[in-house]
Amino acid sequence: MAQTDVLQFEKPILEIDAKVKKLEEFALEKGLDVSMEVGHLRRRQEILIRTIFAGLTAWDKVALARHPMRPQTSDYVEMIAEDFVELHGDKAFGDDQAILAGFGTISGEKTMIVGHRKGRSTAERLQCNFGMANPEGYRKAHGKMKLAEKFGVPVLTMINTPGANPGVGAEERGQAKAIAESIRIMTSLRVPVICCVIGEGGSGGALGIGVGDRLLMMEHSYYSVISPEGCAAILWKDGAMADKAAEALKLTAQDLMTLKVADEVIPEPLGGAHRNPRGAAESLKEAYLRNLRELRPVPADRLIARRYENLRRFGKP
Amino acid sequence: MAWNLGLRRKSKMPSGLWLKCDGCGEMIFKKDVEDRLNTCPRCGHHFRISARERVRVTLDRDSFEELWADLEPVDVLGFNAARAYSEKLVQAQEATGLKDAAVCGLGAIDGREVVFLVTDSAFIQGSMGVVVGEKIALCAEKAADLRVPFVAVSGSGGGARMEEGVLSLMQMAKTTAALERLSQAGVLYAVVLTNATMGGALASWAFLGDVTIAEPRALIGFTGPRVIRQTVKTELPKGFQTSEFLLEKGFIDAIVPRSEIRPFISKIIRYCGAWPSRRVRETVGASRKGKAR
Ligand SMILES: [Zn+2]
Repeated sequence: MAQTDVLQFEKPILEIDAKVKKLEEFALEKGLDVSMEVGHLRRRQEILIRTIFAGLTAWDKVALARHPMRPQTSDYVEMIAEDFVELHGDKAFGDDQAILAGFGTISGEKTMIVGHRKGRSTAERLQCNFGMANPEGYRKAHGKMKLAEKFGVPVLTMINTPGANPGVGAEERGQAKAIAESIRIMTSLRVPVICCVIGEGGSGGALGIGVGDRLLMMEHSYYSVISPEGCAAILWKDGAMADKAAEALKLTAQDLMTLKVADEVIPEPLGGAHRNPRGAAESLKEAYLRNLRELRPVPADRLIARRYENLRRFGKP
Repeated sequence: MAWNLGLRRKSKMPSGLWLKCDGCGEMIFKKDVEDRLNTCPRCGHHFRISARERVRVTLDRDSFEELWADLEPVDVLGFNAARAYSEKLVQAQEATGLKDAAVCGLGAIDGREVVFLVTDSAFIQGSMGVVVGEKIALCAEKAADLRVPFVAVSGSGGGARMEEGVLSLMQMAKTTAALERLSQAGVLYAVVLTNATMGGALASWAFLGDVTIAEPRALIGFTGPRVIRQTVKTELPKGFQTSEFLLEKGFIDAIVPRSEIRPFISKIIRYCGAWPSRRVRETVGASRKGKAR
């Protein structure tokens, strides 16, 4: 799929945006009041968006989760955290740009924020390897989480990755081991851990920062054991069947609620988080703070015991 | 003369008595391979073996008592690709005689009690779905309860089983959490990596051993070599993602040929085995004699 800023199904929505813009420019030029006409167009657009979004397929949802304009970890950090202190390396090999980590204060709550970083410009995207972390990224992630644990600071993770980096260096430096260690550490962190899939939840690379007391999913995010393209290539022997694979994998936020894997779906502004990033950030912040309030009073031993019970029930045959 | 005889035999012998070695490419007498625990007498290549065979070569004779044998896989997602998952499951069950990829239970190594689990690469590439994850978690809990070492042998080349979707991914977290508890209980967890162990299996239970060993020349890695080759668009280094590669990079404790695995683990258990209290040993003994499970 080519990287474009507009998805096919968004085109009619954007046409109305363009009409409104033209109308407003015209009104400004001529000194006319067009608020009635604009209001009318916006109401029509709202209905249009609701109609289009009600009919989205799983594959459309994947495209939305990957939308190039969608807010990313760094955007959310900027919008919801004050006093952010970025903390870099893994203290062993390097500083993986595909993972962003640091302390931030969210409505007065000290928090360790760890998330995948995708980057927006071409240069940034290359630097962040499109959000595909290397072993040092996972080591950085769990290193910072251990730091937070030591000082009783809760952890918020933002998951947004196509998957862990598939590369020669990644294998040489122990990709599987780094992810396994991250998962292991997260199962026993003695502070509240709230995980949120903000875009793509790509398999082990997502789970590497995805084990905690709560799994939240943004309305148009997905979480899957394998990418739809990868699944299609293996099970249909045809990568072009990705839409079918996306459907079969049951990977949307709503599917994960049905499967009782996700705890909560965070509603996004109409038309998706990218149409109103501030609105999306507000919803995420509200959900984080509410869940944190519930988890905060739970003693650490009880917290870990509950986390275990919760993981233990997955797919109990 | 012998050479001629050999050739004539090869062409005349009914198929099934000879097999072509994947390691050296030679035709070898099947009986010779079987006599060497299914390794090649010429090059030492380790053939894949079934879960039942693995039990036989790893545990003391007749010591194995299978647990949770009745756990059946479920097609939770109703997954239909080119071939339906339910069809794939039935075929795998018929081909292997197993209900799912993992076989586990209690057994002994040189007279010392262990909890034992093996994943069979012949069952959908030994991939981890809900049943495999559940058995690993149950084994870890059992081992912690009894304070008996847990020995796992991985043939999970298929990683997490994609037909069970995100639930199979969650088995990575579930198995890891159970093993972390076992670790905190101070009980040994030893892993034997065999050909092949990949993806979600390696990035969870298969790589979390207190001691991790591998059979020679097994394929072990996170991302499959085909996908990496497509991504980096160059040839992969020789010996990439083999046991030898992992040893060199420092990710495993030793490479141990099949015939040496039982004595190796036996030694580790001697150093690291948590001995059960008398009460526990008596309970285990009683229930095993009575076949109470
Ligand atoms: Zn050979």
